[in-house]
Amino acid sequence: MPTDGVNKKRRRFLVATTSAVGAVGAGFAAVPFIKSWNPSAKAQAVGAPVQVSLNDLEPGQILKVQWRGQTIGILRRSPQTLDLLPEVDGELRDPQSQESEQPQFAQNEARALRDEYLVVNMHCTHLGCVPQLVPEVGPQPFDENWKGGFFCPCHKSKFDMAGRVYKGVPAPANLRIPPYSYLDDSTLLIGVNPEGVA
Amino acid sequence: MAKPASNIARSGNAFMNWIDERLPVSAFWEATMTGYYAPKNFNFWYYMGSLALLVLVIQILTGIFLTMHYKPSAAEAFASVEYIMRDVEWGWLIRYLHSTGASFFFILVYLHMFRSFLYGSHRTPRELVWIFGMLIYLALMAEAFMGYVLPWGQMSYWGAQVIINLFGAIPAIGEPLTEWIRGDYFISDATLNRFFALHVVALPLAILGLVLLHLVALRENGSNNPDGIEIKANKDENGIPKDGIPFHPYYTVKDIFGVAMFLLVFVFVIFFWPEAGGLFLEHDNFVPADPLVTPTHIKPVWYFTPYYAILKAVPDKLIGVILMFAAVGILFFLPWLDRSPVKSIRYKGLWYKIMLFLFAIAFVRLGMLGMSEGTPAQTIEMRVWTFVYFGFFVLLYFLSPRAKTKPVPDRVTH
Repeated sequence: MPTDGVNKKRRRFLVATTSAVGAVGAGFAAVPFIKSWNPSAKAQAVGAPVQVSLNDLEPGQILKVQWRGQTIGILRRSPQTLDLLPEVDGELRDPQSQESEQPQFAQNEARALRDEYLVVNMHCTHLGCVPQLVPEVGPQPFDENWKGGFFCPCHKSKFDMAGRVYKGVPAPANLRIPPYSYLDDSTLLIGVNPEGVA
Repeated sequence: MAKPASNIARSGNAFMNWIDERLPVSAFWEATMTGYYAPKNFNFWYYMGSLALLVLVIQILTGIFLTMHYKPSAAEAFASVEYIMRDVEWGWLIRYLHSTGASFFFILVYLHMFRSFLYGSHRTPRELVWIFGMLIYLALMAEAFMGYVLPWGQMSYWGAQVIINLFGAIPAIGEPLTEWIRGDYFISDATLNRFFALHVVALPLAILGLVLLHLVALRENGSNNPDGIEIKANKDENGIPKDGIPFHPYYTVKDIFGVAMFLLVFVFVIFFWPEAGGLFLEHDNFVPADPLVTPTHIKPVWYFTPYYAILKAVPDKLIGVILMFAAVGILFFLPWLDRSPVKSIRYKGLWYKIMLFLFAIAFVRLGMLGMSEGTPAQTIEMRVWTFVYFGFFVLLYFLSPRAKTKPVPDRVTH
């Protein structure tokens, strides 16, 4: 590149401005490619609420359904199970569910609209595995004073029978509670909150 | 016929002459092979690079043939892999060459990297060789991870679930980012399809480009050697390093011997132990992906388990993820963390031998613990080795400029 008799300032300015305009153009051109990775219109449409009948669910049983690709567990809890919940409060990271995700109606000890049924997003808040229900009260390989709850096989996170996370495990928050409501005494609708309730 | 006679004599072939005037084949061959002088004291550790290149070629070749039968859709992927294994003629061999080849690739790459720790091959003026090598390693990890998702078995599915959710730990943008990577609200057909595209097109191209840069940067300064001295500092009257020998034929022949030995081991494993008892292909991955059931014991393939153990050792999601990525990231800084006046372990003294030994044990133990169930005792052990892993780099930075070294010879030793 000849440099004699050249206005270097102007050359630098032209190089800088063309580069800047080119970079902005490249940035805009990248948008369609980046956006193409977002959930497609089809994927977004498959998000309708799911209706579940509770007729055949016995106490202690868990029913798993899929809603928006997530595994939702419906656990029917006995009064004894519910009585045990406050006993573990001291070992939990967030017993009052203040830093966890749930509809407002579920921010209570049982984390439920009706105490008997726990409706919970089963995916661990750590890395999304599905914890197993270990309802038996008594010593377990992973906990000697187990009071019943959920145990994640991936990274050993523990949750109580209300999906509340124990201290000292990798999961940062309680299991998430999805929006749901009851259509009648024995029919659950997952994906829609009760009317008038946030 | 108009060519000067001397020119023809030099190449000895009129056809090559015709080519060389249009494409510098002979000049390239001489610059990178016959006229490229490498240190004469290479040992066992210097096989790994050329063998890794061989495995890369095997992976590309077998990969091309696998794509001819594989179907990248959630509904058909698992069955199409079984179809390759059972119904395609010789399909089992092509598939096992590819899946076992992936594990051998990592064995070679880990040994290749360890060679650098031994002889300081990453030190000045070869920092960029190391950086490009690290970038190849990163691309290779992404390539291997996405490749493992393609058979759409239980481990494919839940491994992808765990790895993608690692990005969810990033504050604020984490959740939308994982959604963007998956292309859906959960691991689905969209995820599989894009991983297929990245695995067979984007990442192989990136790896090939990086390998080229790795080799060009290597040829610029020439290889290091077990003594960690520069052979170019001692040249004869013709300007040829006294301790150098032409890469071709000496090292090409040596490498061919290495290739033969390697292939013996490689095909033995493929014929008699292709899944390596669940190490190379996990048992759970022979079960089709089921979004409703997480396998009871989920773990990545062996080459990721050292980092996975670090993730598991930390009882906090964000810090665990940060430490896991830092364990890989810190390797990029190795050329600047080692401030010792000498390169090779041979002249660094006992302190480095002890530290490197502990570091190697930490890496292997973390790898073993990463596959384990994770009892409380194992968790404590993981924490200890995580501490040793990072401690190596911290101590290296502070000890290396101060520790006493042994005198370095002018010429390479035997």
